[in-house]
Amino acid sequence: MLPFIRLGPFLLQLPGLVLLVGVWIGSALAEKEAERLKLSPADVYNLIFYGLVAGLIGARLAYAAQYLSAYLANPLSLFALTPATLSPNGGLVIGAAIATLFGWRKKMALRRTLDALAPGLAAFMIAFGVAHFLSGDAFGSSTKLPWAIYLWDDYRHPSQVYETLAALAAFAIVWKRPVDKPGDGVNFLLLVSLSAAARVFLEAFRGDSVIWLGGFRAAQVIGLLALAASLWLMRVWAQRESQSAQML
Amino acid sequence: MTQADLLRDNRRWTTAMIVVLILSVGWTFLSRVPQAATVNGGPPPSPREGFSAPDFTLDLLGGGQVALSELRGKVVMVNLWASWCPPCRAEMPAIEKVYQAYRDRGLVVLAVNTTFQDNEADAAAFVQEFGLTFLIPLDRNGSVSKRYQLRGLPSTFFVDRNGIIRSVIIGGPMSEALIQSKVEELLKETP
Repeated sequence: MLPFIRLGPFLLQLPGLVLLVGVWIGSALAEKEAERLKLSPADVYNLIFYGLVAGLIGARLAYAAQYLSAYLANPLSLFALTPATLSPNGGLVIGAAIATLFGWRKKMALRRTLDALAPGLAAFMIAFGVAHFLSGDAFGSSTKLPWAIYLWDDYRHPSQVYETLAALAAFAIVWKRPVDKPGDGVNFLLLVSLSAAARVFLEAFRGDSVIWLGGFRAAQVIGLLALAASLWLMRVWAQRESQSAQML
Repeated sequence: MTQADLLRDNRRWTTAMIVVLILSVGWTFLSRVPQAATVNGGPPPSPREGFSAPDFTLDLLGGGQVALSELRGKVVMVNLWASWCPPCRAEMPAIEKVYQAYRDRGLVVLAVNTTFQDNEADAAAFVQEFGLTFLIPLDRNGSVSKRYQLRGLPSTFFVDRNGIIRSVIIGGPMSEALIQSKVEELLKETP
């Protein structure tokens, strides 16, 4: 774990830096894939850019809306550089909404666009795992296994390493594009189903799970739903593609 | 058979899907967290969100002592600082302002001076310069900084009424809105 590096009076946040590198590599891969799928690489880049910027602004505004009186008294705090005052869920919803709006206005084909984003997203998820390793977040449960790591005053499953390895495997599969109809959206759904399956399996080794009624881990339940939906949709989209191919 | 062939074969795909989902549901069921693990005792002490705040007892600037464990039932903001640290200087007026606004509702600020890398005279001058009215514990031997895995100054830990760390801010300066939002959230909760 190495969350910070001190550079004179500044603390350089390494997990944030790794995420930035992930965004950079992910965008480059998405542009490259867009070109292969005969989409405008500039449109795909702009979609990612607007989505990210809107997500960041949305995350701060959503946080400020929860503590309105504090921000009305100190409006300049809206521009503070701390990630502690961002609402991840708010940012995700607003970023996705703006990216969708952008794609709709540019008349970008949904399934082709999703396929273009798939390798980039898979690369970003590797960076996400590395960022967790550096920050010590998403930590594992206690274990006596020989590969346990000492973190937060206990020997734990190296859940961040598991997460990174699973993301690497998902990237390798998605990059190989095992489905032979480029642009039908199935490669994107393959990434979703692989990630959901990994989450269902690996969440069992986490020490920070949100627990729901009956002791069920929230991430596993959500992962299960995502897995079922993506597998079902894969079949539907693949079937639709083969039907339209037959009609031609 | 490739995955593409499998996708086009409705029966095989449905079978594969059902097998994957049954295995996943089974694993989710098997890896439930036993009720005893969530009910018996609180989380162990460690300096991060979701864990109990590691306890300490320190001498106070100006005399007396304070123990973190004795403040259970109150919202505690533990801030580690040094007089020579520019972001610490920058955020202290905001901390004082929030403390004045919320002290009557149960907010306690423990501004732990990292005395092992500072000195008491400079700490006292700093407190006088900013007119700080909250408690200033002195970490003379660095034991609290070590226990809280201090990596950068300032470092702030927001502790709820049950002694659980709910938010950690490494580096600064923190804005007044940030401090206020974290404190307000914890003060709303009942012990």
